[in-house]
Amino acid sequence: MLGFSPVSATIGGALIGLAAGVLWIVNGRVAGISNIFGSLLTGRRSDLPWRMLFLLGLPLGAGIGTAFGPRFVSDMTTGPTELDLGRIGLMISGLLVGVGTGLARGCTSGHGVFGIANLSRRSIASVLIFVATAVVTVLLAKQWP
Amino acid sequence: MPKIRRERLFHISALVSGLVFGLGLAVSGMTHPAKVKAFLDISAIPTGRWDPSLAFVLAAAVFVTMFAIRIAHRRRQPIAATAFSQADAKDIDGELIIGSVLFGVGWGMAGLCPGPAIADIVSAFPDIVLFLGPMLFGSFVVGRWRAVRGHTTSNAGREEKA
Repeated sequence: MLGFSPVSATIGGALIGLAAGVLWIVNGRVAGISNIFGSLLTGRRSDLPWRMLFLLGLPLGAGIGTAFGPRFVSDMTTGPTELDLGRIGLMISGLLVGVGTGLARGCTSGHGVFGIANLSRRSIASVLIFVATAVVTVLLAKQWP
Repeated sequence: MPKIRRERLFHISALVSGLVFGLGLAVSGMTHPAKVKAFLDISAIPTGRWDPSLAFVLAAAVFVTMFAIRIAHRRRQPIAATAFSQADAKDIDGELIIGSVLFGVGWGMAGLCPGPAIADIVSAFPDIVLFLGPMLFGSFVVGRWRAVRGHTTSNAGREEKA
């Protein structure tokens, strides 16, 4: 199931870019998921409907992709979604992602996709830092059984 | 465009964008934490088993988005809104650096970032809630902390109105 999959990666990535492009051209909003999700509780009440609709679309689209994608894309990753971490680990990592993306004002989508495409210095710095830190974390986790 | 039609288009577009985004995450395989970790695990490079897929996903997404931004900025305003949203911050500051480090640690631990985590809410239910709950709480705490410090941000809507 795993292994380098250039076709599905490129097609999937282009779809993500298309989604971010639509949200910018039509709505004038950045498809930054940490911000859309993280602002549910603290953001403006008037922004709640579009944020909920966007977030609802994520599992819907993923479900459609999982069901029909493999028919069209040869090297798509299939199989059940397995969370590769225990319960305490999931809670700690979730908290770190919530606090981290809150402070950094963005994640892999807001800084990674939109920010780099918009040639934002902040976003490029953020991506370099979080990718480097994630790489180190994965390498350390392998040493710690 | 009349206001009611504009608002309807705004909301339909948000749903469609989320849907296509989720579709892209599933097709690219990024909904699988193991696939993300296979990219982050650079110790596999010498063995030839490293999976560079994530870099292809990001490159394709950035390329298409860049194109879209160029098209968008030929217009004075978005199709269904009055203005393009503006970035909250401009400088590379301590919050950006510390936040990116914390996010990187969490991302590396779980192989999950916010988009895939939400896209997986059905396929990885119920355990994914253990990730999403603390994630929402973490962002909430940062939002309140900013509000208390008196920063005007999009995360602190109440202060924005005040």
